[in-house]
Amino acid sequence: MTSRSRIPFYLAILLLISAGISLAVWRHLELGIPWLSGEREPIWMVEARIDFDGTGDPVLASLNVPSEPPGFRILSEQAASPGYGFSIVEEAGNRRAEWSKRVVEGPQTLYFKVQLVPDDSLLREAPKRDPRPVPAFWEEPQATAVEELLDQARTRSSTPESLTRELIKLLQPENRQVQNTTLLVSDVNYMNLLSRMLNHTGIPARTADGLYLEDARRRQDLRPFLQIFDGERWLTFNPRTAEQGLPENVVLWRQASISLLDLVGGDESDVSFSMLRQTIPSLQLSQAESTENGLGFLSLYQLPIEEQGMFRMLLLLPLGALIVAFMRIVVGIRTSGTFMPILIAVAFVQTTLVPGLIAFVSVVAIGLLMRGYLSSLNLLLVSRISALIILVIFITAGLSIAGYQMGFNTGMTVTFFPMVIIAWTIERMSILWEEEGVHEVFIQGAGSLFVAVCAYLAMSLPVASHLTFNFPELHLVVLGLILLMGQYTGYKLTELRRFNPMKVYT
Amino acid sequence: MGWISPFKLNRLGMLNMNRRNVDYISRYNSRESYPLVDNKLKTKLVVAEYDVPTPGLLQVVRQQHEISRFKLMADKLDRFAVKPAKGSGGKGITVISGREEGQFVKASGAVVTLGYLERHLSNILAGLYSLAGSPDVAIVEDLVESIPGLARYSFQGVPDIRIVVFQGYPVMAMLRLATKASDGKANLHQGAVGVGLNIATGQGLNAVQFNRPITHHPDMDLALENIVIDDWDQMLAIASRCYEATGLGYMGVDLVVDAQKGPLLLELNARPGLAIQMANGCGLLPRLQTIESLRRPHFTPDQRVTFVKKTFGAV
Repeated sequence: MTSRSRIPFYLAILLLISAGISLAVWRHLELGIPWLSGEREPIWMVEARIDFDGTGDPVLASLNVPSEPPGFRILSEQAASPGYGFSIVEEAGNRRAEWSKRVVEGPQTLYFKVQLVPDDSLLREAPKRDPRPVPAFWEEPQATAVEELLDQARTRSSTPESLTRELIKLLQPENRQVQNTTLLVSDVNYMNLLSRMLNHTGIPARTADGLYLEDARRRQDLRPFLQIFDGERWLTFNPRTAEQGLPENVVLWRQASISLLDLVGGDESDVSFSMLRQTIPSLQLSQAESTENGLGFLSLYQLPIEEQGMFRMLLLLPLGALIVAFMRIVVGIRTSGTFMPILIAVAFVQTTLVPGLIAFVSVVAIGLLMRGYLSSLNLLLVSRISALIILVIFITAGLSIAGYQMGFNTGMTVTFFPMVIIAWTIERMSILWEEEGVHEVFIQGAGSLFVAVCAYLAMSLPVASHLTFNFPELHLVVLGLILLMGQYTGYKLTELRRFNPMKVYT
Repeated sequence: MGWISPFKLNRLGMLNMNRRNVDYISRYNSRESYPLVDNKLKTKLVVAEYDVPTPGLLQVVRQQHEISRFKLMADKLDRFAVKPAKGSGGKGITVISGREEGQFVKASGAVVTLGYLERHLSNILAGLYSLAGSPDVAIVEDLVESIPGLARYSFQGVPDIRIVVFQGYPVMAMLRLATKASDGKANLHQGAVGVGLNIATGQGLNAVQFNRPITHHPDMDLALENIVIDDWDQMLAIASRCYEATGLGYMGVDLVVDAQKGPLLLELNARPGLAIQMANGCGLLPRLQTIESLRRPHFTPDQRVTFVKKTFGAV
């Protein structure tokens, strides 16, 4: 009879546990939620700051913002600009942040923040539409100089890349042997000239603006980079050294050759950048990214922050219940009240262990003394418990005030203990004292505290709160284990001691 | 104190707490029968239909205002016991063993006033001694006069006999003797002495106090080996009949032997403890399994008692 009725039960348990574990593994693989909370990844927080003076007219400020910068992934974008309307406008592959306001006067500052995650897989992306070279026209005598320079470069090169490198070298001041080069090149038009010349030879070329990422730099400017199109993708060159490729610590803020900032209704505008290297848990990363992923349906991060905090605590309770079940069923520790230890452990999480222990023991001890007086009054049960609750509140208030006056903030944490539970604990302990003696009070009190401390230690492990909150499906495993323990019919650890005298009869 | 290996315990057939709860109490005791045994008044009324004698009921106090009626009655009484109907483990029982100048003398010798008893009654009604603190009723009973043969083994309290009854078969028994340490109470975990009894004959086997084997009563200094319980067959029959009365498959039956009335049922327990195994020096499991494997159970209490005496008598 027993074996037949239990097989479905064990199957169900197996199903529960394997469902919990496989769901967790699946979500780990799909969403990249880490098993441990400690895994961290670097991200760059780049802030663009626009300063201008308002002239009293309506203002429209339009800033070019990065769109698919090579080597980086955009994690989040946000603008801080009180009183301005803000939106991100996307047209023809350009993304622009636009601020607008009806009346603007005096100095103004607008911020645009973007979080970037280094991601090497995004280095080689082909544009959606192949660009074409833009024809350029020169007047004499520049036209001759351009032709001469391009001829020189062509003879020394074989591919668009090498041509570009050679041309850059020829334009450097130390190599200007060709006549009229000095006439052609000035510092102001250098980048423009370079891309025009390349376009003239039939190579699509453009200027891109990049930002060197260095931790905690402020007031940085964009540096120009030359980009040519080799038929598949844009290649980046350093316009001074002719070095090909984008340095790892450069993010291209602006790639299309359009203006960085358009401002209507203000003057003396200036754009500067500051940046900060942050490391955030990879958890936050996956959490920020999972909102778009269908698998995020199990994620509690979709709840408002306040509810999240509540669930963080609630989801730890099953762990406490598991420990209480284990301690009572398998170990056989006697506690006063079945789940009182969990509630105490939850309070410990708020108060931290040592202050919590001191506060709890002192409240219960003082309460027991007062309860002694109450019992001599011969009150009815309900009014005695009610009186006790009020006394417990007095005691906690007194301890808090005394602790605060003496400079211990920890005294305040007493309030985290559930008052009614404490009152009942005192009542039970007191009855136990009268009926079974002090010995039993200490055994059960110590047992309760021991289980509470164990539950607290388990619940306060960072990995515990991480796993329970990010993998709520793991609670199926906890449930399975608890159900399994409900079928445990073996000896408790304490019974091995209790039945020890039976040795005589073996 | 050392530790014993679980394999040794298994070989002894020791029933443990988890197994008792899962395999016996939750399987053989149906929930609806619990109120019958958790309430002494209900127990008394239901077992009376099955010819199980209990101490005489003097009065039931159900409401606070009925306490005044108790005063009228108690004035004429010398010896009685006040009990909470839903009390467990002997909690809240006050035994008045005599009168002294209008005051009441407790079994411990303390003299108390009528006011003390009235407060005690109102505490009982408020549920001070009941499980989970639910409102309760108080019952006033005749005081049991233990037969002198047994009474001399007990310090103050009345010695009682615990018989574990499984599906109507009395499987194991022990005599519980109050001691100074147990404050006149017959609960083993409070320090009472447990003397294992041969289920077939009612003769003493081993004795334990605080889970340790002893040979003599710690207060009376009397050897515990030679105890024999009179009217043993009658007690087994009473215990067996309680199964029909309550329908509880696994229970503890607590009996006393009154000097005038003979064996009386004191109370029933749906969650009998495990210490009886230590007093008997053997485990319950083999006996329980013998009965579980019976293909043809016996239908009358007498048949069951005969079976038990034949099967479990040889120690």
